This record gives sequence, C-alpha cells and structure tokens, in this order.
Amino acid sequence: MFSRDKWNEIIESLSSNWFRTILTAFGVFWGIFILVILLAAGKGLENGVKQGFGGMATNSMFMWAQTPSKPYKGLPKGRRYNFKIDDVTAIKDNVRGLKFVSPRNQLGGFGGSNNVIRGLKSGAFNVYGDYPEIIQQQPMDITSGRFLNYNDIDDKRKVAIIGEAVKTTMYDSGEEVLGTYLKINGVNFQVIGTYKKKGNGGGNAEEAQKEIYVPFTAFSQAFNQGDLVGWMAITADSQHSITALKSDVFDVIKKRHNIHPEDTRAIGNFDLFQEFNKINGLFIALKGIAYFVGILILLSGVIGISNIMLIVVKERTNEIGVRRALGATPWSIRGQILLEAIFLTLISGMTGIIAATGVLAIVNSFLDKSNASEMMFINPSVDLGVVIIALIILIISGLLAGFIPAQNAIKIKPVDALRTE
Amino acid sequence: MIEIKDLHKSYQTGATSLHVLKGINFNVKEGELVSIMGSSGSGKSTLLNILGMLDEADAGSYTLDNVPIKNLNEKIAAQYRNKFLGFIFQSFNLIGYKSALDNVGMPLYYQGMKRKERVERSMAYLEKVGLADWASHLPNELSGGQKQRVAIARALASDPKVLLADEPTGALDTKTSYEVMDLIQGINDEGKTILVVTHEEDIAHMTKRIVNLKDGVIIDDSFVNQVRAKANV
Ligand SMILES: Nc1ncnc2c1ncn2[C@@H]1O[C@H](COP(=O)(O)OP(=O)(O)O)[C@@H](O)[C@H]1O
Ligand SMILES: [Mg+2]
Repeated sequence: MFSRDKWNEIIESLSSNWFRTILTAFGVFWGIFILVILLAAGKGLENGVKQGFGGMATNSMFMWAQTPSKPYKGLPKGRRYNFKIDDVTAIKDNVRGLKFVSPRNQLGGFGGSNNVIRGLKSGAFNVYGDYPEIIQQQPMDITSGRFLNYNDIDDKRKVAIIGEAVKTTMYDSGEEVLGTYLKINGVNFQVIGTYKKKGNGGGNAEEAQKEIYVPFTAFSQAFNQGDLVGWMAITADSQHSITALKSDVFDVIKKRHNIHPEDTRAIGNFDLFQEFNKINGLFIALKGIAYFVGILILLSGVIGISNIMLIVVKERTNEIGVRRALGATPWSIRGQILLEAIFLTLISGMTGIIAATGVLAIVNSFLDKSNASEMMFINPSVDLGVVIIALIILIISGLLAGFIPAQNAIKIKPVDALRTE
Repeated sequence: MIEIKDLHKSYQTGATSLHVLKGINFNVKEGELVSIMGSSGSGKSTLLNILGMLDEADAGSYTLDNVPIKNLNEKIAAQYRNKFLGFIFQSFNLIGYKSALDNVGMPLYYQGMKRKERVERSMAYLEKVGLADWASHLPNELSGGQKQRVAIARALASDPKVLLADEPTGALDTKTSYEVMDLIQGINDEGKTILVVTHEEDIAHMTKRIVNLKDGVIIDDSFVNQVRAKANV
C-alpha cells in the first residue's frame, strides 16, 4: 500500500501545483492549531486551579458538630453537643471504605487575638491538635525537622510543627528554630519541624502558612479539652467516594448522640470531593468546548481540501481516463485520491500540531520565569493522548475529504473521461 | 484474434436515440494490420472504444483471443485492457507531469511491476521508438511526432495482444504521419495485431486491409497492397 511508487505518484500530483496545495493545507493547519492551543489553555487553567488544592486528598470531607434542629428522644432542639474521641473509633468500626478518620481540635483562627508568645514576639495563629495521618489528607512539605508521629500521640508530647509564616513572625531571620519553645495559650511546646503548604482547598495560600500542628492528645491535655473532638477530617479509600459514604458516617454520629435521623442540620460538613468534582466538571465542559470549536474549524479546513480535490479530479478527468485505459482499476484510482487527501490533511495537521507545540513551549518559558505558584495558569500543555486523538481525527478527516472526490473520479466511464478535451 | 458478431450501439441524448452501429460483423486474425475508414461521425471511434473495452455494446458478441468480452466489471475490464490491449490516441494522452520514461512505464506500474524492472523495460521500448535520449523529458518538451512515439512505446510496454490506434496521425503533419506509420508498420512486421482508425486514404493504404464504415454498417472490407511508409518519407 505504501510503496515508493505510490508515494511518488502522490508527491508528483501534489507538487504539480504547489501554491494551491499550500493554500488548501492551510485550513487544516489552522483548525488543528486552534484545537491544540485551546486544549492546552484549558489544561493550563486546570493545572492552575487544581494546584490550589495543593495535592490534598480530594476524596475527603471535614465534619463538625452543630446544633440539632429537631427534638428527639426527649432531648430538645437547639441543644449543644460535641463529638467525642470514641466517635472516631465508632466511625472506623462501623463504616467500611474509609481510609482515614482524623479527629482535630483547633485554637485561634481568622482575626483571633494573639495566642502564641516567644520572648518579646507574639502572634495569632491557628493551632491544631492532630493525628499523624493529617499530612496525607492535607499534604505539606516538611521544610525542616519532622512531622508528628504516634510516639508524640502516645506520650502526649508537647511538640509543634510550625508554618513558614509562623517562623518569620516569631523568629529573626537566620535564627535556629528546631528545639526552641513557643508558648501557646500559656503552655510551652517545643518546635520539632517546619512546613510549607502549596494550597488550601482553593483558599488563601498565605493563611495556610500560619498554622501550628501539635499532637491531638497533647492538645487535649494542655488545653483541657477532655475527650472532646472539634471536627474530623475523613478520607475514603480509592474504591469509594466520600460523598457516597457520608450519610453512613452521619448515621453513626446521630445514633451515638441521640439526634433525629432526619435532622440535616445537626452535623456540619464540607465535602471536598463534591467541590472538586464541580471544578472537574467545569474543566470537562471546557475541554468539550475546545474540541467543538477546534473540530468545527478543522471541518471547514476539511471541506476546503475536499473542494480542491474535487477540482483536481475534474481537471484530471482526462488523465484518469488515460490511466484507466492503461489498466488502472477503480480502487487504484480511488486509493490514489484518498491517499492524496489523507496525506495532505496529515501533513498540514502535523505542521499545525508542531506549530502549536512551539507556541506553547514559548509561552511556558515565559510562565516559568514568572512565579508559577501565584498563577492561575500553569504549564499549558498537550499530552501524547491529545496528539494521538488529533492524528486520528486528521486521518478520518482526510478520508472524509477524499471520499466524494474519489467517488467522482471513477463515476465517469473511461470513454467519457477520454473524450473531454 | 478479434471476432465480433452483429454489434449494435446507440447513444441516448435526451429524448432522441442515435443508432451509431447497426450490426457490425468482422474478424481480425493475429498479425493483421487493419484500418477502419469512414467519414467523420460514422462510428469508427465508437467501434474502437468497444473493442478497447472502454465502452460496451448494446447487443452482439465480442471475443478477444478466445475470451468472451461480456458484462465485465470495471476491475476485470481494467485488468483485460492492461493485459490484452495497447492504446494510441490522436491527442497522445501522455501524462503531463511525468517524464517520457515514466509515461511508458504506466501500464507496467498497474501490473505491479517493481520499479527497477519497469525502468529497464520502459527504456528498452523508448529505444525501440528511437527516443532513448529523451527519456527524462516531460511531454511538453517533445514534438508531436515524438509524443506519439512515446505513446506507441507506452502501448507496447505491457506487450499486449492488440494495438488500437484512433487517428494516430490525426494531429501530425504528413511527414511526421508517415514516420509514425513507418513505426507502426515495423511493429506489425514483428507480428503484432494492429487496428488503425483513420479517415485519410493514404494512411489507410499503409495498412494491409481496409474496413469501410458507413451509416453504421460495414460497406466494404478488402485486403490491399500495403504501401510502405518508408518510401514516402
Ligand atoms: N457519448 C456520446 N453521446 C452521444 N452521441 C455520441 C457520443 N459519442 C459519439 N456520439 C455520436 O455518435 C456518432 C459516431 O461518433 P464517433 O464514433 O466518434 O465517430 P467517428 O469516430 O467515426 O468520427 C457521432 O454522430 C457522434 O456525434
Ligand atoms: Mg473519431
């Protein structure tokens, strides 16, 4: 099928009118160029937004106690209740498909008063009592020292991991951090590590660096929380979605705290998976639009090629007649026209892909120079899959473009083809 | 070699039907050089096209080298044309963007012959028509007579059983016409069966047999003393 002769035939007939060939090819070039650029732009935006999640375990939710809105079993509505540490074990025992159930307690918060003191320096920070798993649910880079471990939990050690922003507020630059003490709400904690976070659920990246992590047990003891749990970070395993398991988790809590089974307000939650899926859906839609626009432009290019091929076939009616008199079968004529169309689409399409990739490389080199972590637009690129899809689209386009002209080429009887002069 | 019986052909143009061939009967034996004569519009080309399987008759039978030519699909017809027939046209019909050599090689290309062998064969036929030096030239760099020689070389390339020539000298001046007829006579001398359509008396007399067509029937079919073209060049 791809003998040298066939190639020669194709090159010969395409090169017999270079100017027209290039003009024809331009439509397809442009279509695929736009398609690739649009897809890459979508990808860049997606990369930028998803980086906001900072690699967080997105199959997660956060859950906290609110006030029940319905009376139940003689208990009034509007009462206060709290999660207890036993709730955590109960959830782990009763709900299948969960990977992590991390209880958390929290001090401070946005706009809180100064709660951390070191010598003459003081600051207001979020202080979390956490289990070691939290680092897998909310990844952070440990920039020095280490993160919490189970020895810290078991021994209720008063140790702390502090964010980079805490460090800059509480220490002079160049000062040794590890091993020093911070007074948190009057209790001394030893700093054993520092972290830096990439993002915070699309939230404020600045704020995410102003946190202090201490062992959950030490937190409870130091700040008199008893067995109270402020909230929980729950992650499902890869076979389940947290959104599906949510109500099971709520049921466990409702049973243990005598909450009406229909009460939807008693437990507050933030479902990261749902939020993430919303954003994902947005990008799928964006990709759909890119394909739609790109393919429409491509289609006009294909129609252009088809048109030119029709003219070429018409011009070559006599030649086709001669070829048939010399023994060309209908399929060899058809094949030749189809191959010409495919070849033309592929070459122009590939040039389009290469040009688009070149433009992307230039754009990327500019983006790299600017501070990428602050950008909404990161590494716009196309993967091999997209290129392969584009090539398949091109081959199909070529076939479509050549089909009608090829049919036309063999529709005329050889006598009639020879007569036209 | 060729046997046709009671061949009919009409053309349908709109509501009117033009009955061009009204029962043609004739046979051609191997090695003959036959001319088909007749005034313009008498159906010479129509007959030749049917013989060339480029067109189909409405009625009648046609046997070529003992193979009945009937209801062929276009693929088989193409293969038969390639194997059995060589065409020579009044307007040469060379492919403009191909060199003389590649033009000659076309029938061999459609036989699926490898390029190397094809080039050798084509070159040999170009030599035979005296154009070896012009192998790499494009048709528009050749004179009319040279073009027709290339076309003859092309017709010979697949070593067909019969050559069909429709007014091969129609576009040439007298001198060149005779040179081409000399070539055709030479090929016939080697044993090839050749049919030449012409409306020129002198050309017809350079063949060995003249078939006269008028109003769709053969009115005369007789052997003649061949005039050698060489003597007239
Ligand atoms: N495709 C066609 N449709 C209609 N009429 C045709 C067609 N081809 C030829 N004719 C008519 O048939 C007659 C014979 O044509 P042709 O065989 O070409 O004659 P010649 O070659 O002897 O000059 C002419 O009157 C011509 O006009
Ligand atoms: Mg004619």
